[in-house]
Amino acid sequence: MLTQSQAGDLFDRIRKRSTADEVEVLFSGGRFALTRFANNIIHQNVAEENYSVSVRTAFGEKTARASTNKFDDESLGQVVRASESLAKVQYPDPDLLPMPDASEAPITSEPAPSRCFERTAKITPAVRAEGVRKIVNVAERHKLTTAGVFSSAESIDGIFNSRGLSRWHTQTSAEISITMLAADSSGWQKANSPDVANLDPSRLAEIAAKKAVDSARPREIPAGKYTVILEPAAVLDIVGFMFWDYSGVAVLDQRSFLTGRIGAKLFDENITIWDDAAHPLQSGSPFDGEGVRRKKIELVENGVVKRLVYARSTAERVKRSEYHNKVGPVEATGHGFALPNEMGEMPLNIVFAAPENPRTLDQMIATTERGVLVTRLWYIREVEPYEKILTGMTRDGTFYVQGGRVQCGVRNFRFNQSLIHMLSGVDAMSVPQRSSGEESFDMVVPAMRVRDFNFTEVTRF
Amino acid sequence: MKHVAEWALNAAAAGGASYADVRIVAQRGRALTTKNGKVGSASEAESVGLSVRVIADGAWGFAASAGLGSAAVQATAADAVEIARASARVKLQDVQLAAEKPVVAEWTTPHKIDPFSVSVEQNIDLLLKIDAELRSVAGITLAETNLNSNREEQWFVSSQGSDIHQTKLSTGAGYAAYAFAGKEIQKRSYPNSYGGQWQNKGYELIDELKLLENAKRTAEEAVALHQANQCPEGTFDIILDSSQLGLQIHESVGHPIELDRVLGMEANFAGTSFLTLDKLRTLRYGSELVNVVADARQEHGPGLGTFGFDDEGVPAQCTPIITNGLFTGYLSSRETAHTIGESRSGGTLRAEGWNRLPMIRMTNISLLPGKKALSLEQLIEATDHGLLMQTNRSWSIDDKRYNFQFGCEIGWEIKKGKRIRMVKNPSYSGITTEFWNALDAICSRDEWTLWGTPNCGKGQPQQVMGTGHGAAPSRFRGIKVGSAYR
Repeated sequence: MLTQSQAGDLFDRIRKRSTADEVEVLFSGGRFALTRFANNIIHQNVAEENYSVSVRTAFGEKTARASTNKFDDESLGQVVRASESLAKVQYPDPDLLPMPDASEAPITSEPAPSRCFERTAKITPAVRAEGVRKIVNVAERHKLTTAGVFSSAESIDGIFNSRGLSRWHTQTSAEISITMLAADSSGWQKANSPDVANLDPSRLAEIAAKKAVDSARPREIPAGKYTVILEPAAVLDIVGFMFWDYSGVAVLDQRSFLTGRIGAKLFDENITIWDDAAHPLQSGSPFDGEGVRRKKIELVENGVVKRLVYARSTAERVKRSEYHNKVGPVEATGHGFALPNEMGEMPLNIVFAAPENPRTLDQMIATTERGVLVTRLWYIREVEPYEKILTGMTRDGTFYVQGGRVQCGVRNFRFNQSLIHMLSGVDAMSVPQRSSGEESFDMVVPAMRVRDFNFTEVTRF
Repeated sequence: MKHVAEWALNAAAAGGASYADVRIVAQRGRALTTKNGKVGSASEAESVGLSVRVIADGAWGFAASAGLGSAAVQATAADAVEIARASARVKLQDVQLAAEKPVVAEWTTPHKIDPFSVSVEQNIDLLLKIDAELRSVAGITLAETNLNSNREEQWFVSSQGSDIHQTKLSTGAGYAAYAFAGKEIQKRSYPNSYGGQWQNKGYELIDELKLLENAKRTAEEAVALHQANQCPEGTFDIILDSSQLGLQIHESVGHPIELDRVLGMEANFAGTSFLTLDKLRTLRYGSELVNVVADARQEHGPGLGTFGFDDEGVPAQCTPIITNGLFTGYLSSRETAHTIGESRSGGTLRAEGWNRLPMIRMTNISLLPGKKALSLEQLIEATDHGLLMQTNRSWSIDDKRYNFQFGCEIGWEIKKGKRIRMVKNPSYSGITTEFWNALDAICSRDEWTLWGTPNCGKGQPQQVMGTGHGAAPSRFRGIKVGSAYR
């Protein structure tokens, strides 16, 4: 693994080669391995090690970036020249700020608990194969076919700049995702954690298998508005589509559904959302693309949109804009992407607050007269950006609930659903948990029961 | 680079691999964007490395590293063998590869102007002129442009004797104008949404696209959409422009014909396919007018799926996918060809870069143009009541590729052969085979465009790949419209 000390030496070599007013270098990479299985065998099995340096140079109000994964002297010289050549031909950007120094972007400590576990870093191909064997055993016991992944990684993120800022983050991660397939049904489970000890392949496989078995011979019920119970993975995949809009740049660009709505009560009283990189169930580095510490930000409080997140220059732009007194506190929050970029910033460590009276999934089912239980959503896309209408499909375990019990599997639905309406119709939530889907990034989210969820079509399976 | 590859091949053989191939890849990319009169991002990136794919104990292993020194390369090959032996712990039978003659060859994307030979200043100047033109239209609240250049040089060497040096170039550009007013954001893009048009060719593409010439009209349409009526809901005859039809082909033909999906190898993420093996040469996929090919050959055009050889050394081919409406072919690889009774791969295995495993990817999946001369205007004139929909805005399809829904940026209601009004928020939905069987007219070759989709995601870890889709405007009868806004 590339160490902070080695990265520091590389930064010094890069800095010596640069004639720019300021230099910033981002380091990223690590070791990654993934064992993939399908049809009850391992069919793909990969590993890689790679690191990149990404050099941003600035001449006055001009800046640009170049990157390489070659660290020899000639390649480092080339990447500096490429960055400088690009920077010199830019038009001056009056919004470009000097790079932050360490005092402007203080980091107190790495998140607690640690996100780096030796037992995760040391996972071998044989260990992953053994995990897959356990999953296949469950599939065979239920006469099912399984497909999925077991991956492991050890990664670094670092940033150094010529004003003395130096940040470094190491992390491990392990992930298991399992699909169980029967003749006309399927089930799914996915989990990840920095610590592989938190993952139990057999337990995940049993849950996925039960969903496949219980949803066999799916009935077709008509499209329409239903009470739905969304498992946490389904919640995160759909709500993830709104967080691009909690950005100062998105509001300045008038592409955010929050334009003109900050301070308004958009959602139910029971919806409170934080961005909190230090949350014990979160992962990722504690600093942003300029090295600024990620602050804990309350985005939504009891249904009211409270705040946006800001990169350093975005905060300055908003302070000078017509929005300066309409969007709550405006300051650099440590959510900026690496510069230069056109998107600004985004909250990436979403944590939903626990409800006052949490309900388990079973309690939600038991108190639902007629509804649909959804395991997972798929191929979600934005249909209408200001009302935040999203379309997508249910997948891998969709069930009809009647009289407080799961009755049967049903054919999958297409939905066209406004996120604003959805989060205004939540009548029960579970305790939030770290969850992982495929359409959005990992979050700490609850299961939700939602009134009048809008299914518009039914597919053939 | 051959000597580097041979270090890996020798180490793999010494470790007990029965097959090995090595790809050494050097990629370079330049990405420029502007937004509202300023450069949004300006970046250059290069990445170089090697991967080793092996079969040992009858199972696959793959390892990749940026290190190209002899010790690093041999260690990577040894890792690949160790991984293959781990794979063999959970297998049912040995991997079979369809026979393929070894090839020694050089191939380069035909191009007139190396995109990296054009100065960054010239590119930015063009983008900022477009940006100014877009924002000269009152009501435009956001203007975005992009221009991208990519170069990939690859050395492929296999233990079966192939030695292929291939260089691919691609260029892409486009822009979008947004108008926010009231409680609505409307958008128009040119020449296509989500990054514009992309092809495997040089900088000559940029002149061909006539970007600046179309900027003002594009922006005016974005503003005008605010005054347009909502697209009606119901059942209509619809005409799709060629870019939207290109994406329709991608989602409802290109993905379901991927043989790895059909065989369940992608079931956990991308999904499976309704095109089970029993449907080959028995399913009426579309109407008699529907002829679709998977064509990676140079003569098909400069699509993002055009190459000399795929990433396991198989020469580019043309496979008939739908022939006069009948389903006739899948996208296959050396490992999967035998499952459909083929003795040879269809040549579709490709990887995103040096550190990714090649997998079945769309090449250029194209709907062939109509044989009778027919322009878009003539097709409109021949339509009694319908909707013309242009430029994709949203897309979604289920994980077996049956049920789809697409939204477009702009629509036009047609009555008695004339466009009578602009409509906003058009969308349509359906079931794949019903939709393709409803096609009753395809415009001819002079309306046909080979579109590039630069952002097709598949695989775990996910790989992003460029694919090509040729299409001419076409008409579909009795299609469900508007349920996205119900």
